[in-house]
Amino acid sequence: MTDTILRMSGITKTFPGVKALQDVNLEVRRGEIHSICGENGAGKSTLMKVLSGVYPHGTYEGDIQYDGELCHFSGIRDSEHRGIVIIHQELALASNLSIAENIFLGNEQAKNGWINWNRTNAAADQLLRRVGLAESAVTPVVELGVGKQQLVEIAKALSKEVRLLILDEPTAALNDEDSAHLLNLLRGLRDEGITCVIISHKLNEVMGISDRVTILRDGRTIWTENTVNLTEEKIISGMVGRDMEHRYPDHTPKIGEESLRIADWTVYSPTQPDRALVRNANLTLRRGEIVGLAGLMGAGRTELAMSVFGRSYGVNISGRLFKDGKEIQARSVREAIDHGIAYATEDRKRYGLNLIEDIKRNVSAAALSKLAKGGWVDGNEEFKVADEFRASMNIKSPTVEAIVGKLSGGNQQKVVLSKWIFTDPDVLILDEPTRGIDVGAKYEIYTIINRLADEGKAILVISSELPELLGICDRIYTLSAGRITGDVPRAEATQESLMTLMTKEVQEVAP
Amino acid sequence: MTAAPAQVGKGANVPGRDTAPRRVNFDLKQSGIYIALAITVVIFTALTGGDLLAPQNLSNIIVQYSYILVLAIGMVLIIIAGHIDLSVGSVVAASGAFAAVMMVEMDLAWPIAVLATLAFGALVGAWQGYWVAYFGIPAFIVTLAGMLLFRAVTYMILGNKGIGPFPDEIRTLANGFIPGWMGNIGLGGALGGADLFSIIVGVLVVVAMAVVQFRTRAGRIRYSQAVDPMWLFLLKVIVPALLVLFLVVQLARFRNLPWVLVLLAILVVGYTMVTNRAVFGRQIYAVGGNLQAATLSGVKVKSVVFWLFVNMGVLSAVAGLIFAGRLNLAGPTAGNSFELDAIAAAFIGGAAVQGGVGKVVGAITGGLIMGVINNGAGLIGWQTETVMLVKGFVLLAAVAFDVWSKRRTAGAA
Repeated sequence: MTDTILRMSGITKTFPGVKALQDVNLEVRRGEIHSICGENGAGKSTLMKVLSGVYPHGTYEGDIQYDGELCHFSGIRDSEHRGIVIIHQELALASNLSIAENIFLGNEQAKNGWINWNRTNAAADQLLRRVGLAESAVTPVVELGVGKQQLVEIAKALSKEVRLLILDEPTAALNDEDSAHLLNLLRGLRDEGITCVIISHKLNEVMGISDRVTILRDGRTIWTENTVNLTEEKIISGMVGRDMEHRYPDHTPKIGEESLRIADWTVYSPTQPDRALVRNANLTLRRGEIVGLAGLMGAGRTELAMSVFGRSYGVNISGRLFKDGKEIQARSVREAIDHGIAYATEDRKRYGLNLIEDIKRNVSAAALSKLAKGGWVDGNEEFKVADEFRASMNIKSPTVEAIVGKLSGGNQQKVVLSKWIFTDPDVLILDEPTRGIDVGAKYEIYTIINRLADEGKAILVISSELPELLGICDRIYTLSAGRITGDVPRAEATQESLMTLMTKEVQEVAP
Repeated sequence: MTAAPAQVGKGANVPGRDTAPRRVNFDLKQSGIYIALAITVVIFTALTGGDLLAPQNLSNIIVQYSYILVLAIGMVLIIIAGHIDLSVGSVVAASGAFAAVMMVEMDLAWPIAVLATLAFGALVGAWQGYWVAYFGIPAFIVTLAGMLLFRAVTYMILGNKGIGPFPDEIRTLANGFIPGWMGNIGLGGALGGADLFSIIVGVLVVVAMAVVQFRTRAGRIRYSQAVDPMWLFLLKVIVPALLVLFLVVQLARFRNLPWVLVLLAILVVGYTMVTNRAVFGRQIYAVGGNLQAATLSGVKVKSVVFWLFVNMGVLSAVAGLIFAGRLNLAGPTAGNSFELDAIAAAFIGGAAVQGGVGKVVGAITGGLIMGVINNGAGLIGWQTETVMLVKGFVLLAAVAFDVWSKRRTAGAA
């Protein structure tokens, strides 16, 4: 028993309308590297937030035993006090401050409120040597690459006398060299007695570094196993192996001519202009066809879609677009819409809706000119159009003058879809169309997607849920690290084969 | 009605429609501002022993505060879009100075000078709009710089002296009244005589307001939209009508309708229509409500913001002309702190700091509340510090009410 540092038992966490975790058990041994694997949305990050006190005691059910003691963390400070430190996927460094200032942020080396800079910088230098970062402690963080910033985060954790280090996708944004260095560092920390929990999508890393692996799926623990007994295939089948129930409406596709072709499409990151997010992607969408785009977090799915949609994301975009066989230019969102392309975002609250306005004004937002004459909007026609969508999309609201921010997620999604259908597009790109909505509303959305395809529209569905793609798509592209790694007809696709393609490493080919 | 857009059928009976409840459209936040104005008026009428509502004083309030109201119209649009303009006071001064040079020193015909001044304002707005919209500097900074820059321009044009006097036409616009084309009629008793033409105009305005309201209601009913119950609708027709009639009769008893009131009325009606019904107006709300969503809906966000600042520049030039005409002098310190009054008017009138919310009529009402406070305080003889104190608390209370009501509705959701 003494070798168990952490035991989480019976953890259940509910968000309004969604059970994110259901009776999850996790046992971590002292001094091991323990990987947690699961699809996007399986509950990994939620579990780590429960552990670190981001979701304080009382907001979840179940027990956390740490070092043999029952813990009731009421916030991050509590858990850090006990030596549990979490490093999030989105690094949380203040980029204008120095490395030393970041390391001791919130934990200043001070006496009576006055900071001792000599002690701060000296202590920071020592920590930097420990993580193998050859930088001066006074260097501003903004001058460091992502890999080095990751090391600063670890140094910061070490400054808090960490005993259980949690890393959420630590290598997702790193290149191979930085990843290797980071993984080596973690092995070194393990030898010093620091326990690590790693959330990772990169199965080769999981196999390479961890002592044990726990699989989460749909908010439940599936199994925990010693890595020596595992293969990547076994992990994949654990991650995806859920029953395919009858959750998808039947649909016989009527596939027609090519509608949109994306050729040799390359997109670079706006924040790191030398990093390609999408590389030489080629996709073809046909009329009446529902095409899936599968890829793990960070594979470049949204980046690909948004860059096609009027270059609304990314820089140095190159490649060609063909609509109905003719090359088109879509340099702005307006041009893309005018060419009959629509993009319904994955984050409807941030990018999709004006939450303080009513349903009708959201529905008309992308095609206001259709309701206008000489620049003046016909408010009555607008009402009528919105009301027709309310009926046909089954938006549950007594009136189209209800404020969108007060609708449920499923109904908000229907408003987003209505908005784009009203632009009368030929190509609809739906990014995570069922994220965060309940099962019943999902079925309705699938039915709508089928109806749109039957009207002859080409549909591209981006989804993290493989069963969803297998359930509704006629053909599925897989994307791994910005490259198209597969183009699989539904009949030939399985979750395992897709997951293999989605995690496939494509070697850089020297130009 | 006119031909419907192609894919929209006409008069289709949408199922589920009749289940929509007829809810009473009584929005506390919307009505709050009018109630606040009413309370302010009542308080100061009591404090001044009725002098506040005297014919001459009502006329004074409008004429004295017109330029702030003009600025408030432009300001509320900018605030709806999520920006701010701190430079309008300086732009008022600069355009007054520009106009003075053209009219007084160069002796140009006044219509040409007026157009040139409006163009000057547009240019100033384009300058600021460029930096905000296309260069991406926060409007707070750009217009803070503009506040200094255009004050400096004013001094460069004028030196340290004022230029005047202005042509009669400009003074009439700012200070003058519509001539009594039809003579006076007696109203009988203590009311004395009043200008017939003004009263006829007032009656026509009231009739027009009622007709528009009835037509809107009929349109909504034809499209099976929810409407107010008849009693509330009639209340919303009759109360404003009575207020307009009261105002007009009082003004007619004094001299006539002031020309600035005519100008203001045109601006208010015009900009209300733009914000409610024009594609451009709707895009302002979209930009302020959710910038990213607007961008991804194909709204040309930068161009919307740019033209808003151009518009603000033109309205500042209008205010500059009125102010200079009223003083009959373009002075280097003209327009000092006008921006604060205009911004306060917009916020008191229900605009939200985060953008996306606000109304032209609200800003005008907010401006009138401050105008009534200023004027009433003057009649009573309050000290400047008392007036500032009261205005400060009113602004704070208005925004606190806004935040409170938002939190309340958020909690209920």
